[in-house]
Amino acid sequence: MARHRHDPHELLQVLREVQESCGWIAPEAIDCIVARLNLPRTKVLGVATFYSFLHINPCGRYRVLFSDNITDRMLGSPALLERLCRSLWIERGKVSEDGLVSVDTTSCTGLCDQGPALLVNGRPVTRLTGRRVDEIAELIRESVPLEAWPAEYFRVDDNIQRRDALLGADYRPGEAIAAALARGPAALVEEMKASRLRGRGGAGFPAGLKWQACRDAPGRTHYLVCNADEGEPGNFKDRVLLACAADAVVEGMTLGALATGAWRGFLYLRGEYRFLLGHLEAVLERRRAARLLGESILGREGFDFDVAIHVGAGAYVCGEESALIESLEGKRGTPRSRPPYPVTEGYLGEPTVVNNVETFAASCLVALKGGAWYAGLGTAQSSGTKVLCVSGDCARPGIYEYPFGTSLREVLADSGAARTQAVQVSGPSGACVPAAEFDRRIAFEDLPTAGAVMVFDQGRDMFEVARNFVHFFRHESCGFCTPCRVGTSLLTNMMDKLANGLGSPYDFAEIGKMNLLLQSMSHCGLGHSACNPVLTTIDKFPGAFQSRLAHEDFEPAFDLDRALASARQMTGRDDRAAHVWPQSTEAP
Amino acid sequence: MSARPKLRVATTSLAGCFGCHMSLLDIDERLFALLERVEFDRSPITDVKEVGNCDVGLIEGGLCNAENVEVLREFRRRCKVLVAVGACAINGGLPAQRNPLSLPLLLQEVYRSEPGARFGRIPDDPELPLPLNKVHPLHEVVRIDHFIPGCPPSADAIWKVLTGLLAGEERPLDHGLIHLD
Repeated sequence: MARHRHDPHELLQVLREVQESCGWIAPEAIDCIVARLNLPRTKVLGVATFYSFLHINPCGRYRVLFSDNITDRMLGSPALLERLCRSLWIERGKVSEDGLVSVDTTSCTGLCDQGPALLVNGRPVTRLTGRRVDEIAELIRESVPLEAWPAEYFRVDDNIQRRDALLGADYRPGEAIAAALARGPAALVEEMKASRLRGRGGAGFPAGLKWQACRDAPGRTHYLVCNADEGEPGNFKDRVLLACAADAVVEGMTLGALATGAWRGFLYLRGEYRFLLGHLEAVLERRRAARLLGESILGREGFDFDVAIHVGAGAYVCGEESALIESLEGKRGTPRSRPPYPVTEGYLGEPTVVNNVETFAASCLVALKGGAWYAGLGTAQSSGTKVLCVSGDCARPGIYEYPFGTSLREVLADSGAARTQAVQVSGPSGACVPAAEFDRRIAFEDLPTAGAVMVFDQGRDMFEVARNFVHFFRHESCGFCTPCRVGTSLLTNMMDKLANGLGSPYDFAEIGKMNLLLQSMSHCGLGHSACNPVLTTIDKFPGAFQSRLAHEDFEPAFDLDRALASARQMTGRDDRAAHVWPQSTEAP
Repeated sequence: MSARPKLRVATTSLAGCFGCHMSLLDIDERLFALLERVEFDRSPITDVKEVGNCDVGLIEGGLCNAENVEVLREFRRRCKVLVAVGACAINGGLPAQRNPLSLPLLLQEVYRSEPGARFGRIPDDPELPLPLNKVHPLHEVVRIDHFIPGCPPSADAIWKVLTGLLAGEERPLDHGLIHLD
């Protein structure tokens, strides 16, 4: 806590470090944090229970979390999870009696191109097979420390299959900063505007305008945040950019600092990418030594900027910029009401730019080659290139960078996808595109995307895809507003009911009503888009739904007679009235 | 007096407290106007025990035992339109507070543990309906056509829905009738 200067804004980082070193956050640790950070206990507990990688109960010396994205499921993760539980003699979600291990699922870990994947004590294990799972069970039983596990398990490949302007760029660290310094901050912002570079997190707000707005906003100080909370299932480009182009990302942040006058920046790294922390710290250290960070960058008096890395703890909603800022401030990741937008009132109420990893990396190209050059790439409304993350049913999953305007058909051909039924573009909150529309193009004017391209061949059940996404939104709802907290749960129950063969047209109509409610009443985009996967599946693949409506009239989602079983057991009764009989048949 | 045939209405309370029925009585002198248009079938008002074929069924309370399920299903079979009245019918309400606890544990605690029931046993008389594992709202077991929220819903809310049904139209409850703050 001394390292964090007893700053209550560092609460999340403190909790995360306690979790990391102790395996859980014990009551004594909470007592200590309450006293030292001078925070109310409720607040500390509120934060500790918000993030899914923080535990206020012991969760085993080995905490195994299988990535539960649809792409992991398609690669067989549910059976592997079962297998691990069986060989460890444990029940999913429960800690073994000796406190050794627990096994559960987690939202997409961003390793869709090399899944099925899991996290063990926060470290990713890729390319799971039955054999690897058996070996892991053995290592856990023998209490072998993670450091002694085969390094091959933890191998994470970049998997770059196609490079374009961004990934193919070749320049020395500092070159873009030097070019920007030569131009001057105001001219840099003008170049950014001329480049028409739009935010790469999915929403596509023009980066130059954002920088300008923050630059113009009055404040005691300005902040800059790199959003590396890549939680949208199917996305993994930030993982790769941070692994292979971290210099470009930090250099882009430094450009943003020059443009906006920020002296302090944060890189918000999602908890799932904790394994990149050492590498990123090393990059920052190297850049400080090279005078590319710190005071008087490149010898320019008064150009001071440094970056601190904040690690998240498993909360998709923190990818929303205002929730991310809340999280940076050490709070629960509840999205703020906007306006005011972060560019005027962001971190600690000061003007703040929040940009995506890829946006910052791309801004280096603008500084180096000029806005006009950059605007020449791509399409009219979408300049530049886009890094796509291709996963699912294709021969060569991985990272593909294309100029905007590339058709889905081309992406599918390059990645070796065959017999493709549908593509989910940009993850669960994006669009589901059927084969008839594969000529549509990756661009803000047609198919906007944060990067994910999940491919489903004709053997896949699109209903199950939508159901997986609905489960995801329920798990990730921040719980702040009732329509989303309850609505995502009800929607999940409805989809599960259909999956269990108990659906009727009545339930189908209820799903429609729930969609309307979520869209009109939710506080933020998570609730608004929670029904997207269902809506698009109903729209594009009505057959996948119709076949689930097995009953003409309403059926309960649970077995009424079984609901009396424990009362029968406790009373020893088995008479006629001790049962609920099927309605169509008479009781014996 | 209207020449139209009277609407047959049945009412019952399942796992409820009859508070919603009290609210129905709170429509006061409008009861006379109502009685010109409706005839009550099974209801605490008539003390009729078996429900006949009806146009409208009003049900308060959720489902906590086997008998509740039986009555609700009978209402669904007999009534053209079924209305869930009040918080318990819609969400399970107060009785559903037991849902986080396991039923065997509850029975054990109530009937078998000290003090007071040292030699107690869990009632097993076939006359007594068996409790369900969890308390359920009505719409989880049968199709429900309309919902009147409130604990209890105000007399005005019930009146508005009833007169709407008499007129053959759905009348949404506006702010004053469903927001009690």
